[in-house]
Amino acid sequence: MLVSELKPKEEILGYLREGERIFLVSCGGCADVCEAGGEKALSSLRTVLQDAGHPCVGETVIPFLCNKVLVGLRLSRLQQKVESADAVLVASCGVGVQAVAAVLEKPVFPASNTITYGAFQGVWPSEERCARCGDCVLAYTGGICPLTACPKGLLHGPCGGSYQGECEVERGRPCAWQRIYDRLEALGRLDLFLRYKPPKDRQKERDVPLSRRKSLFWALEYVEGE
Amino acid sequence: MRLRERLEKGEFVITCEAAPPKGTDVKEALENVRRLAPLVHAFNVTDLQSSVVRMSSWALCALIRQEGFEPILQVTCRDRNRLALQADLLGAWALGIENVLALTGDYPTFGDHPQAMPVFDLDSVQLIALIQTLNSGRDLSGNELSGRTDFFVGAVVNPTADPLEPHLLKLRLKVEVGARFVQTQAVYDPEAFMRFVRKTEQLKVPILVGLIPLKSARMARFMAEHIAGIRVPEEVIREMEGAKTPEERRKRSAEICARIIRKVRPHCQGIHLMPMGWDDLVPEILGLAGLLG
Repeated sequence: MLVSELKPKEEILGYLREGERIFLVSCGGCADVCEAGGEKALSSLRTVLQDAGHPCVGETVIPFLCNKVLVGLRLSRLQQKVESADAVLVASCGVGVQAVAAVLEKPVFPASNTITYGAFQGVWPSEERCARCGDCVLAYTGGICPLTACPKGLLHGPCGGSYQGECEVERGRPCAWQRIYDRLEALGRLDLFLRYKPPKDRQKERDVPLSRRKSLFWALEYVEGE
Repeated sequence: MRLRERLEKGEFVITCEAAPPKGTDVKEALENVRRLAPLVHAFNVTDLQSSVVRMSSWALCALIRQEGFEPILQVTCRDRNRLALQADLLGAWALGIENVLALTGDYPTFGDHPQAMPVFDLDSVQLIALIQTLNSGRDLSGNELSGRTDFFVGAVVNPTADPLEPHLLKLRLKVEVGARFVQTQAVYDPEAFMRFVRKTEQLKVPILVGLIPLKSARMARFMAEHIAGIRVPEEVIREMEGAKTPEERRKRSAEICARIIRKVRPHCQGIHLMPMGWDDLVPEILGLAGLLG
C-alpha cells in the first residue's frame, strides 16, 4: 500500500490562482485506507477550498486511481463538470496524480505527499512513477514526476545534456524536463516552471516514522504477531 | 583588477579552463597557468569534468591563487550533498577563492567510475541560491556563520541547445537567484549564438562565449554527433578536413576560433577558452582574434 497524507492547506492553496474553479478527485484505494483519500479527503478539501473562495465544480472517488483505464472511463463520464474546472486537485499517491494528469488537458495538482510504498503497490508500477519523496512537486511539473523521470532528479529545468528531447544518460530516453516544459506550455502555465523550489527535505524520503508504517506487510508481521 | 570588477565595469574578459591533474603532480597544470596568465583574466578549474576522477577543483584553485592569479571554482551537484557543498565552499573562501561557477554535473556513467552513487541533493539553481545564502552570513538551515563568504557566482548555459526554450527559462531562474555572469558551452555557430543573445538581453547578465579548439575533423564530427547540444556547422567540419598535416590542423583550428571570436565579440562580454590540452594554442587564437595586448 502506498501511504500518503494530505499536504498543509497553505501549500495546496498556493498552487491555485484567485477564484479558480476546482474539480476534486480522491482515491478509494490505498489513500482511503490511510485516511488521505476517499470521502474523508473530499470533505476536508472541500472545506479548505470553500473557505478560500474556490468553487468546487464536481468531485469523485475512484477506487485505485493508479488504474489509468478506470480513471479515464470515470472522468469521461464526468466530462462536462471536469471541463468547467480551471484545475483538478487529486488526493492520492503520486502515481494517482500522474494517472489523472495523463488523461486531462488541465493543470492537475497533488493534494497529498506520498510517504512510503508499504506493501501493495496499486496496479501501476509505483517506483517508476513515484519516488515516495514525502514532498510532492507534481504541482509545478505538469503532473510529470522529475524525481523518477529525470535521472538527476532536477527541480528547475533540464541539464545541459538534454538534446532534441532526449536524456544524456540514455539514448532514446525522453528528457523529463523537455516533457514538463511541453506540458506546462500547452497548459499555459510556464509560470509554474519559473517558481523557485527550495532544496527538498530528504528526511521525508528516508525516515518513515513507526506511526506511519501501517502497511499491510508491517501489520501482518508485527502487529498481529504481538 | 578582479574578475568581478572587470565584468561589472563592462570590460571584455578572457577566461581559460585549467584541468586539475589525475594524480598529485601539479607541475604541468601550473606551468600552463603561468604561461597563459599574462593573456587571460581568470582560470576556471574544472570539477571532475566528465565524471573522471581528478584532483579536487578547490585544491588547484588554491594553488593558482598562491601564484597570484585569479581562479574560478567550478562546483557541480553530482558528488556532494548540501553538507559537503557548504563545507567546501566555506573552505574555498578561506583559501582566497572568490569566484564560483555552479553546474549540474555530468552523470557518473560518462566517466571512469560509472559505478558511483550520483548525489544531486541540490540542483544548479538551488546551488546558486545556497551560495547567496552563505554570502548573507548564514548556512542553508539559517544558522549564523562566523565569517561570511562574498562569492561572485556564475552559471552555465548551452546557447545552441535544441529546443532552447526550457534552457532559457532555467537561465532566467539562475539569474533570479543570484548568478552574476554566464559562461557558455562551446559555440561553433555564431549565428545561433546571436539568436540566443537576442533572447537573453532582458536578463542583463554578462555572457562569456565558450570556445573549444577543434583538434581534427574527426573530433568535430564526434562532437557534432555525440556531445549533447554542441552544434558544429558542416562547413566548419569540412574546413578541418582540408587541413592535412598536424601543423595545418593547429593553424586551421586557431583560425576558426579567432573567426568565431571576431563575430561574437560585439554581442558578448567575453570569451571562455576550453583548450582541452591545447593550451599552447591559446596565444595564437588570441593573437588572430586581435585580443593580445
